[in-house]
Amino acid sequence: MKQYEDHIQMEFSLNGERVTTRFDVDETLLHVVRNRIGLKGQKGGCLNGDCGACTMLIDGVPVKSCLMLAIDAEGKEVTTIEGLKDTPVQKAFVAKQGFQCGYCTSGFVMNTHALLQAHPDADEETIQNWLSANLCRCTGYEGIEEAVKMAQKNL
Amino acid sequence: MEVNQSPLGRNERRVDADVKVTGQAVFTGDMYVSGMLHTAFKRSPHAFAKIVRIDTSEASKLPGVKRIVTGEEFPTNLGLYMGDKPVMARGVVRHYGEHVAAVIADTKKQAEAAVNLIKVEYEIKKPILSVSDALQADAELIHPDIMSYATIPAIIPQEGTNVPNLTKIRKGDIDKAFGEAAHTVKSSVSIPIGDHVAMERRAATCRITADGDVHITSSTQAPFVVKSLLGIFFNIPPGKIIVDTPFVGGGFGGKAGLQLEGLAYALSKSVGGRPVMVENSREDDMVTSPGHMGLEATVELAADSQGKLLGLRGEYNYNSGAYADYAVNISRAGAIAGTGPYRVDNVHIDSRCVYTNLPFSTAFRGFGHIEMIFAVERAMSELANKIGLDPYEIRHKNAIQPGDTTPVQSLLGRSTGNLRGCLDLVKNELGDITEVEQVDGKIRAKSIVSFWKAPAMPTNTDAGAILTFNIDGSCNINTGIIEIGQGTKTGLVQLVAETLRVETDMVHVEIGVRTRTSPTDWATAASRALMMAGSAAVEAAQDALDQMYDTAEAVLKVPKRLLDHGGGRIFEKDHPDIGLSFAEIALGYVYPDGNTIKGQIIGRGRYVAHKLTGIDPDTGQGHPDLEWTIGSHGIQVLVDPNTGIFEIERAICAMDVGKVVNPDLARGQVIGSMSMGIGYTIYEGFKFNSRGQITNENLRDHKIMRYGQQPKYDVFFLETPQLDGPYGLRGLGEPGITGMPAAISNALSRALGRPIRHIPFTPEKLAMEDHHE
Repeated sequence: MKQYEDHIQMEFSLNGERVTTRFDVDETLLHVVRNRIGLKGQKGGCLNGDCGACTMLIDGVPVKSCLMLAIDAEGKEVTTIEGLKDTPVQKAFVAKQGFQCGYCTSGFVMNTHALLQAHPDADEETIQNWLSANLCRCTGYEGIEEAVKMAQKNL
Repeated sequence: MEVNQSPLGRNERRVDADVKVTGQAVFTGDMYVSGMLHTAFKRSPHAFAKIVRIDTSEASKLPGVKRIVTGEEFPTNLGLYMGDKPVMARGVVRHYGEHVAAVIADTKKQAEAAVNLIKVEYEIKKPILSVSDALQADAELIHPDIMSYATIPAIIPQEGTNVPNLTKIRKGDIDKAFGEAAHTVKSSVSIPIGDHVAMERRAATCRITADGDVHITSSTQAPFVVKSLLGIFFNIPPGKIIVDTPFVGGGFGGKAGLQLEGLAYALSKSVGGRPVMVENSREDDMVTSPGHMGLEATVELAADSQGKLLGLRGEYNYNSGAYADYAVNISRAGAIAGTGPYRVDNVHIDSRCVYTNLPFSTAFRGFGHIEMIFAVERAMSELANKIGLDPYEIRHKNAIQPGDTTPVQSLLGRSTGNLRGCLDLVKNELGDITEVEQVDGKIRAKSIVSFWKAPAMPTNTDAGAILTFNIDGSCNINTGIIEIGQGTKTGLVQLVAETLRVETDMVHVEIGVRTRTSPTDWATAASRALMMAGSAAVEAAQDALDQMYDTAEAVLKVPKRLLDHGGGRIFEKDHPDIGLSFAEIALGYVYPDGNTIKGQIIGRGRYVAHKLTGIDPDTGQGHPDLEWTIGSHGIQVLVDPNTGIFEIERAICAMDVGKVVNPDLARGQVIGSMSMGIGYTIYEGFKFNSRGQITNENLRDHKIMRYGQQPKYDVFFLETPQLDGPYGLRGLGEPGITGMPAAISNALSRALGRPIRHIPFTPEKLAMEDHHE
């Protein structure tokens, strides 16, 4: 049988479950999670690190998964939107119209969730520093701004 | 249970909220079909060149490569209103990024590797990069065969030119108006081409099954247009084309018309009908798929001594880029609305769609109005300055009213929105518009402008709705309208709940659309979705009620006229406690002995635009404008005159929308429009070098607004009913963008004391007083 030296197997934690998966060494985490494992909640808006739609949490830290090689997730805790249920952030995004088309939403929710875990009392400047990593084309950001503030209150 | 609060005017929770915040909303690019092949494209690095030779021999040897095809394999031309675009370039490339060859492979990575090995030899020509160059008498023709292309009758290509459509508006006596004027001004503006930047990149899959059915799944705003055009261009019986559209991640016009679907079909056909996915990279999405038009325009205004407008002369030259797509109708729409919302009795407009060797354009939120209003409102401000009139006063004085006629001489009726009311709301917020304040070396200034927007659509634009019922008496709405984020599906639920007088949890709605099972619907475009699909849905609910009354009449033995409905029941007016629940009659009434009558309720609703006509090719006279959404924008800026750096402190919009169905969603649409308008005006637009190569085809260099750059938004709605809209509503998805460039320009112009006319308004331009105009 032919062996491919660049095809590897890796174990990591995905949304609290242990996952073993195989992929080529040059594949990004976004690609592996979407196309090898099949969780498609995180989107590739630009595949270039500009839009943030692919944001996942790596040990709780938001990372643009289109820029991270999957092999760098070895042994790490990876969280995607599928790993969040009924969080204050998700509820607030619904209540405050923090989305329209929904394509950037998974990325915004992940980043906001991580932000409020790290800085529950984040001031406006901190919120702006974090959330300016993500692009939304629909909302004009008012709904997102209000959602972050609401989630902050309801943590 | 009686409904104690009308579902209309209520902040109903979005029907798609839960799936969108959990990542469960499925988009085209998330879908996989067994055996699906992937694609990558060789793009032209040149803006204008002859293709001498394409060598695919090395590329085709790579593992996983199924086929490599070039444009020569597909003799068909595609186009929305004008068939000017080959499936892929044939013999000539007309813009940077144009597809010259496609690789179909097992994986995307294999396809991309093969693309890198395709060698293309070009004979480079000098590209035409501006509208003014394209209009020179000796300009090379980008489409020498312009007269041979198939067009719809509304499009009038100009032989021997780079103009695929010229729209003329001739109303009154323009020379007399200018001859009698006490004041005249002339003002020119420009806008670069740019991109929609919907967050979801366009994607389409196609497979052709053994029965000959063509299955397309696409991120489209217009699945029925896709079905219709694929049928025409590829000679497929329309009933054999099934277009599925799941969730769509923003469109803004960029996913209207025909996008990647024709290409996906051609490529699937080239591999025997196997499933093929075409998914744009962000870079492809920006330059290979169409963006928005540019404009070079000059407006001359004539006014009497009091500032009453006497005449408008407009030269609107829209930059279409290399292909016409929607652009030939956008330049027409700009002409039809070409005075802005003012009464002008004498009008002379030439509006051209102009080919250049830049990436091509399609519909964009505002459909030609954003560009035209910038040109008109800049001139209005210069006129006000010249006469010494307040910017609010001159607009209030000339505001269009019921009984006035539009540039195409169609008479405005009672449904006309209240522009003066909108101007008053903005003025109330901003106070004295002419006030200029010095703040720590910076200048604070304000502006007020007017806007209007009408759909520019086929005269037979239609929508349909089917209402079916469940055993609990709840119903399901099936329409052909696409949800791209605007919230129409939630609005449909509210309209049907209102009509049936049930709570909204008794009304279900299908988000996805499949053209074989959904009723025909033109498109999510022209801010028409809730007005037209909503009209059809309300009619379907009324039809369903009619059928339920029939059943109730038979069972209760009481004439229909003595029955009423509410709280999910049909009951006797005289004895409200005697009645039948919807659950008892929705699927046929079953008597205690088992006998059943009437069967299930199926509500049918239709909408078709009424009394629309084309326009006269010499004068523009006609009635192409179904409804106008009218309003006003106000802006407050704080600008540092030394650095040119400025902040938009306030953005205000007052709009007459007829009826607000869902205040939060309506506000969201308007704010979204305004933010897009800010980006369009101050950050965006394509940059290109002297060879016509786009140099900012990504979201790092082509900046859109980021979190933290948003101003304080204020939105106000007036409700002058649209008499032909469901419950009086009219479209509101687009107009909120249309006045933004003008409002920002006018505020900056006031702050800096000189006209700011060339988008984008970057700090560099603002700081350099004599910047290149």
